[in-house]
Amino acid sequence: MNIPKDYLEYPKRSYGQDHDYYDWGLAKDRTKLSWDNDAKVAISFIIPLEFFPLNPSGEPFKHPGAMVTPYPDLRHFTVRDYGNRVGVFRILEALDAADVKATFAVNSEIARHYPPLLEAILSAGHEIAAHGKSTDHIHHEGLTAEEETGLIESTFTHMPRGTRGWLSPARNQSSKTLEHLAQCDVDYCLDWEMDQVPVTATTKNGTVTLIPNSYELSDFTLLHTRRQSEEAWLSQMKASIDLLLEEHVRFGAQMLNLTLTPYVIGQPFRIWALRGLLAHIKDTAHVSVFTAGDIASQFTKQK
Amino acid sequence: MHVTPNLYDYWPYAGRPKIEWPGGKKLAFWIAPNIEFYEFMPRGNPKRQPWPNAIPNVQQYSQRDFGNRVGHLRLMELLDRHNLRGSVSLNVALCDHHPEIIEDCVKRDWEFFSHGIYNTRYSYGLTPQQEQAVLDDSIETVEKATGQRIRGYLAPALTHTEHTLDLIAENDFWYSCDLFQDDQPQPLKTKTGKLVSMPYSLEVNDVITYSVMGFDPDRYTDILKRHFDQLLLEGERSGTVMCIPLHAYLVSQPNRIKMFEQALKHIRAHQDDVWFATGSEIAKHFIDNYWDSSLEDIKQRGMMTGGTGFAS
Repeated sequence: MNIPKDYLEYPKRSYGQDHDYYDWGLAKDRTKLSWDNDAKVAISFIIPLEFFPLNPSGEPFKHPGAMVTPYPDLRHFTVRDYGNRVGVFRILEALDAADVKATFAVNSEIARHYPPLLEAILSAGHEIAAHGKSTDHIHHEGLTAEEETGLIESTFTHMPRGTRGWLSPARNQSSKTLEHLAQCDVDYCLDWEMDQVPVTATTKNGTVTLIPNSYELSDFTLLHTRRQSEEAWLSQMKASIDLLLEEHVRFGAQMLNLTLTPYVIGQPFRIWALRGLLAHIKDTAHVSVFTAGDIASQFTKQK
Repeated sequence: MHVTPNLYDYWPYAGRPKIEWPGGKKLAFWIAPNIEFYEFMPRGNPKRQPWPNAIPNVQQYSQRDFGNRVGHLRLMELLDRHNLRGSVSLNVALCDHHPEIIEDCVKRDWEFFSHGIYNTRYSYGLTPQQEQAVLDDSIETVEKATGQRIRGYLAPALTHTEHTLDLIAENDFWYSCDLFQDDQPQPLKTKTGKLVSMPYSLEVNDVITYSVMGFDPDRYTDILKRHFDQLLLEGERSGTVMCIPLHAYLVSQPNRIKMFEQALKHIRAHQDDVWFATGSEIAKHFIDNYWDSSLEDIKQRGMMTGGTGFAS
């Protein structure tokens, strides 16, 4: 195979980012933020509600958690479905007991087929964010602009009125996804995680607030992929909160976006760890839980 | 190929009508030792090879054989000490290979359900007639060896066809352990019969905790205790089911079995609230008392979608 000559040419090689969505900037140079309730640390919980089809195309790649064994993989289909039937209600109960509001990122296939679940979330006062059509509808570079905006628009037709947020299936974007989200009037997006505070993305169709969403702190990453213990998960959540409290004097108020996956943390033997975290948050001064939308609004006011 | 199996309707966990187990118990507990036979030189299935590397696989084969020669007895004696009866997930060919193990189970009044003929013969690609032959073989082999008519099914190595659940329902099975969507039983949408989706478990199954997740024995016991505590708490609102599926080639290893006993002690200490039962006892109680009310609740919530499994 011959490597073409331009492989060693670097047209974007200059100061700052190699894309135009946001400018380069160090944490120490940011304008300090503050949050409501005099919070030094804002936490938002993101609960993905995902539909895993029994016959996924697997294009352009297999979504984490998608079917594993030959068709019909009833095993993985039902293990995932457990989250939407049972696990999510354990999470809702724990949030309710702690009087905390969260952001539920919902595939439109879930909204369409499981209306009582959406009702339960909305009637408890939580926020809904759009999470694409399903785990088998991944946004990627191979889609045309029409295909991608079509997917975004059709997703929103199944979301409650006023839904402002977006999380891409598998958190995968094309290089134009942010443009398309702005075109569809999406306020904030949960796919990026380049800072400890929100960052404004600018596109030719307007701006989108990027609310950082931690992969490393997600329950899916720590408990499922890395197979760590619930004790280890809980202590890492507490350590993260402590660190941001400590940094407040230097960097101002920062935030943590924590993923709670219903078929992971919603297991009977794990839910205690979420209750433990919620109790810790309640007992810790200057730490508040907000929805992702609320954080986006607080951030926008300070821009 | 179908997008969803349509084997059950969506049924949110919150606010379901109350299930009470016999004696007003809150949690139905059952324990399912898998008694399996893996062939030394298995026939391959086009969709899946029995061992990832090569056939034969001496280490894997002989570890399973350790379960049969050493492990089951350790587990049986442990369950005896705690006055627990097993519901055996059985590769029925084991009745021919190792009848002594079956006799040991029969002596203890354990229940049997079918886990296929061998754990190395998969359901993928079987015609309904071939799958029926597996069911006939299962029913006849266990009846001949034990006098029991089996009422439960767990497809061999969790391999299915679109017909599996319709066929077991048609053959007067009462419960399927093949689906993992819930901690309570639920009616399955089969063409005939009354087939219950019985909570089995992958999350607290020793194959998952030991072989897949790589947990140590202390952690497994901790998980079992916490799992039990949460389901018992929820069982106060509406009765829950907890199953511990086990494999003697894993749990009966000398580094694990004593620590596993600690979990059983914890569970047995809650006798007043727990119904210690077998798979068919739980299924029958559910069918007799809660089949209709469950369907009615699903209907009232507007979630009864009609049709049956793999048919719209």
